Amino acid sequence: MLKIIDLHASVEDKAILKGINLEINAGEVHAIMGPNGSGKSTLASVIAGKEDYEVTQGDILFEDESINELAPEERAHKGVFLSFQYPTEIPGVSVTNFMKTAINETRKARKLGDMPANEMLKMIREKSEMLEIDRKFLSRSLNEGFSGGEKKRNEIFQLAMLEPKLAILDETDSGLDIDALRIVASGVNKIKSKDNAVIIITHYQRLLDYIIPDFVHVMFEGRIVKSGGKELALELEEKGYDWIREEVNA
Amino acid sequence: MELKEKLIASFMAFENLVDIDSPVHDVRSEAIKEFETKGFPSRRDEAWKYTSLNSILKHDYSVFPKSESHIDYNDIKKYFIHDIDTYKIVFIDGKYSSHLSETTHDGVDICLMSSALSKPKYRPIIENYFNKVAAKDGLTSLNTAFSQEGAYIHIPKNKSVAKPIQIIHFSTGNEAALMLQPRNLIVVDENSHVQIVERHQSLTENPVLTNSVTEIFADKRAIVDYYKIQNDNENASLIDSTFINQKQESCATVHTFSFGGKLTRNNLNFYQNGERIDSTLKGATIIGNRQHVDHNTLVHHIEPNCESHQDYKGIFDDHATGVFNGKVLVNREAQKTNAFQANNNILIGDKASINTKPQLEIFADDVKCSHGCTIGQLDESAMFYMRSRGIPEKEAKALLMYAFSNNVLSSVKIPEIKQRITNIIAKKLGVNIGFDL
Repeated sequence: MLKIIDLHASVEDKAILKGINLEINAGEVHAIMGPNGSGKSTLASVIAGKEDYEVTQGDILFEDESINELAPEERAHKGVFLSFQYPTEIPGVSVTNFMKTAINETRKARKLGDMPANEMLKMIREKSEMLEIDRKFLSRSLNEGFSGGEKKRNEIFQLAMLEPKLAILDETDSGLDIDALRIVASGVNKIKSKDNAVIIITHYQRLLDYIIPDFVHVMFEGRIVKSGGKELALELEEKGYDWIREEVNA
Repeated sequence: MELKEKLIASFMAFENLVDIDSPVHDVRSEAIKEFETKGFPSRRDEAWKYTSLNSILKHDYSVFPKSESHIDYNDIKKYFIHDIDTYKIVFIDGKYSSHLSETTHDGVDICLMSSALSKPKYRPIIENYFNKVAAKDGLTSLNTAFSQEGAYIHIPKNKSVAKPIQIIHFSTGNEAALMLQPRNLIVVDENSHVQIVERHQSLTENPVLTNSVTEIFADKRAIVDYYKIQNDNENASLIDSTFINQKQESCATVHTFSFGGKLTRNNLNFYQNGERIDSTLKGATIIGNRQHVDHNTLVHHIEPNCESHQDYKGIFDDHATGVFNGKVLVNREAQKTNAFQANNNILIGDKASINTKPQLEIFADDVKCSHGCTIGQLDESAMFYMRSRGIPEKEAKALLMYAFSNNVLSSVKIPEIKQRITNIIAKKLGVNIGFDL
């Protein structure tokens, strides 16, 4: 589904990604871990198409097509979703209206008509119940005055509504208490299927206790320096990142 | 001949034709003298520092259109709020159009200024209110001198007017260039309630200059809800001067939506003559090309325990220019005043500009007054967030701009107007948003 080949990216001439190679197939869950500043969030933003980053080398293929030159919305229309580490507040636009617009714009790009209102309402009801989101919450301005946990739950709500092929969760676990973490994780597990894939970017093991990864990658200084199964995450949790640093420098 | 001289010369012919034996006649004579002395404002006047009238005063305007024009309702229906029942006072090239209007004398007077100025039964109201709150500056005086047509609305005690009133001025382009001087008088007595929508619409590419003056009197506990929809074509200019005199516990709100026009100047003045008065001034401006919109507001807090709320949002593209000059004056007696003022702007075009100047003059010591102004660009992180959810750049921009102006729309009490404004904004931004705010 996603194939990243020797990806280099920089921001304001500072190289952040220095040759990433990664292949993700439908039905897989990948975790990307690594210390602060290793380039994890940059990788997520570059896949989603943030224009602040310049891809200087390499390619990103999504379903065998390069998406490097595509606008963020075009990538979204193809089925790429990024759950933000810090979701932006948008005063004046309610969660429901935002969702309607996002869904109908995506349908438009796929040459489909607007989703009928009753279908939309039913879907909103189902998905908000799944994430234990209060109905009142849906008429509030998007992310404005939301607590950290509410913002993250709202991100996963949007993920559930948009049903992307590839979901990238950028530090979705940060700022969540244990109850919220469980709700979010169970939401992701319900969405997960053999047809879609998930990338979880995190510092810690704890989210991975709930969403079990098939592969774990460790990023360090803009590269993936180690890959393994779910036990690698446990090893990192136990030993920290110093031994990775030593291995790389050796 | 310069426009000023032309106007003064025209006045001489005009004054012998109208209300010779009425007290208004003297008011006119005084006013033309004021205009003769003061003339048009220039950028040397502090209040006009950022708005030059030079480019619009250079045309050879007709002051009195020669022929009456007829317009078919279907051709102009779109300029009306037509999906609800309303009273309508409609003018074409400055002349009253009876076939497009719907006036009433049933318990309330919703009719014409020309009747009010000439018929004896209106004389008490005219004597008490006409030109009593309007300022004596050059432009207002010019309007006073030529006051002839406009809306006359008198709502007696304890009446709530069931339907909104639309005041619409059309210009047809029968004249190569036309100058209009509409004059409205609105008197709302104790406990009464009225909703008014005002619009100026040019149907031609010929230049039009409208110098409009509106006087509003809100008596005790009266509620006045006024909407100005300014979406004229870019050859038409408007100078609107509105003066509102409020008595105790009255509540007056003016929404100004400025999307069109070449040059628009809004002088909006509130005078609070009583306690526990509420005054609200809201504005949304979205302009581009070389359009210019200038909001010049004054709220004069004269007595204690009153409130005022000002909230103006502006979005400027291309070479558009904006001005916000908001003055809050709090007299020494006006203790416990709450006065708020906000002016937020987004510059989209690299060449667009806004001059914003809050002016607070406070002579009382126990008041809450705040003001804030911001000038910024569209929030890039919000743009990326929305685009990453599949909302295209243009729609995302529009959505942010909708959201930005939402504060102003949210207090609109007539749903049809809210819908209308939303549609105008969508059209202006070139998008089709699948919901209404």
